[in-house]
Amino acid sequence: MAIARTSERTGRLIYTGFCVAVFLFLVAPILVIVPLSFNAEPYFTFTEGMLRLDTDAYSMRWYRQIVENEVWTRALLNSLIIGVASTALATALGTLAAMGLSSPAMPGRRLAMGLLISPMVTPVIISAAGMFFFYSNLGLAQTHLGLILAHAALGTPFVVITVTATMSAFDTNLTRAAASLGAGPVRTFRRVQLPLIAPGVISGALFAFATSFDEVVVVLFMAAIEQRTIPRQMWAGIREQISPTILAVATFLIVFAVLLLLTVEWMRRRSTAK
Amino acid sequence: MHGNETAHVEFEGVSKSFDGRTLVVDDLDLSVRKGEFLTMLGPSGSGKTTCLMMLAGFEMPSSGAIRIHGRSVHELPPRKRGIGMVFQNYALFPHMTVGGNLAFPLEVRGLDEVQCRERVSRALELVRLDGLEDRKPSQLSGGQQQRVAIARALVFEPDLVLMDEPLGALDRRLREEMQYEIRRIHKSLGVTVMYVTHDQEEAMVMSDRIAVLRRGDVQQVAEPEVLYEEPERSFVARFIGENNRLHGRVRRVDGDICEVETGGQTICALRVAPCGPGDATTLSIRPERVAISPDSGLYTNELDARIEDITFLGDHLRVRVSVCGRSDFIAKIPNIVGHGAMLVGDEVRIGWTPTDCRVLDPDDEEETT
Repeated sequence: MAIARTSERTGRLIYTGFCVAVFLFLVAPILVIVPLSFNAEPYFTFTEGMLRLDTDAYSMRWYRQIVENEVWTRALLNSLIIGVASTALATALGTLAAMGLSSPAMPGRRLAMGLLISPMVTPVIISAAGMFFFYSNLGLAQTHLGLILAHAALGTPFVVITVTATMSAFDTNLTRAAASLGAGPVRTFRRVQLPLIAPGVISGALFAFATSFDEVVVVLFMAAIEQRTIPRQMWAGIREQISPTILAVATFLIVFAVLLLLTVEWMRRRSTAK
Repeated sequence: MHGNETAHVEFEGVSKSFDGRTLVVDDLDLSVRKGEFLTMLGPSGSGKTTCLMMLAGFEMPSSGAIRIHGRSVHELPPRKRGIGMVFQNYALFPHMTVGGNLAFPLEVRGLDEVQCRERVSRALELVRLDGLEDRKPSQLSGGQQQRVAIARALVFEPDLVLMDEPLGALDRRLREEMQYEIRRIHKSLGVTVMYVTHDQEEAMVMSDRIAVLRRGDVQQVAEPEVLYEEPERSFVARFIGENNRLHGRVRRVDGDICEVETGGQTICALRVAPCGPGDATTLSIRPERVAISPDSGLYTNELDARIEDITFLGDHLRVRVSVCGRSDFIAKIPNIVGHGAMLVGDEVRIGWTPTDCRVLDPDDEEETT
């Protein structure tokens, strides 16, 4: 008895230890950035003072720099403009596409679906290079509009997938019922379909926004100085002047990503609870 | 104006194929009168729901015409047909309250809030759900949801309401209750109702007339009593109620009466289907019209039979006999004094009058009901 219990306990201990190790492996490189971003010295390492938890060794100077440095505020503004606009575009197009693709009457729906999803599976570098040459010919490279369109293309698959998933649970008789009650397609969409697929639309939109907000490869190809987004500015910062400002920005992005994930999870729970 | 004056809905030569090869609805003609409760009754796959969907505008006929008040509705989208529709699974908007569901068609029609509220509460009163405006559909029982669905189909005062097996999801007791409820509502409003079901009892309870469908075509349209008493097709005789069927050949025709040979016996029967000597036919006799051991000479048709089985069912006895080479012939005998004398294995005489025995088209018996 005693032996069995001991071995069981060691087994559980090893199991827990393994889980913690995996978790640390995944999260530690991200979490370590957070305290480093409060470094008082312009280093990427923990100073002795920081390890002693000396308050003087910590400071908000890098955060102050983000706010004060025009480069970063412009990058933030660019990220927001491009992110919001491309998300709006991707959400509108992706939702419409998903609704169309959910209709059994739609011919070639598998092929269309595959094409719409392809930006997600194609290596970004290939999409980016392709877009660069194509957009250059149209005069869209190095413009905000070009980046918005490019990011919308990258974000649409997420919307298509999440909305398609919610559409599969949508009772098409509701659309018929609305029609039999006299509602036109627009009213049916606004009053019946959209409220019911909203969780899918919103989580798709959040993913699309996160995609645009994180994206660096396409921006590297397409953006001039004026279109630099936060990730692009970080890239430049790492290459040009190494400064813990980047760590402060990174911390900001981490918090932002966590909030996004929490929102998505909250939406999911709310929709399954119904 | 086509057709007759009292027709509300007319199907004329309507066919529908989904794949271009098999016809789900096959050259169907049907006319529904104003204010009538007409049920389309048939087994699954008989095309009844497809007919309803074509009338509502959700499916287009492959050929033929559908008319409402004499006007073709071919060009009209569903929302402009002004037809109330009750769906099999109710199709209530789950994110709206009961009141919101009912107000939806009224808002579409531009009614103001006061009018909406008044009409909604009146419609809820009609289905006896007064005061449940603020509930969500998920907070209601199946029967209540059904009532809301009916109220929603009626609240904008359409003169035609379609119902697609609306009681299918309810348990038996509730289903019976709702049948009478729907009949009451129909009588009080005077709207035309087209109802689809595969349940003959349901059809009998509610309908003014029943159209029996089989393989996309109407077999017979008639009042429930007529359908039961005077089936014109062997499928109808088989589908509605219980019937004994004897297959045979016509030997002689004399006006309305035929002599038919079956299993070595000759039977006199009423000629319903057009037939001549030598034609294959199916005879149909209701079990309750068969008498056992009648006094000789009382019936034109009297045959020797053997009792195979007796089942006591309270108010009547169900007696299985072998006759004319078949052993599945059923007679329903009312539970009256004297039946105790019958025993399994007894040789008896059975009989019926020629008018209770109908000569119909030969039944292929492929489908089960």
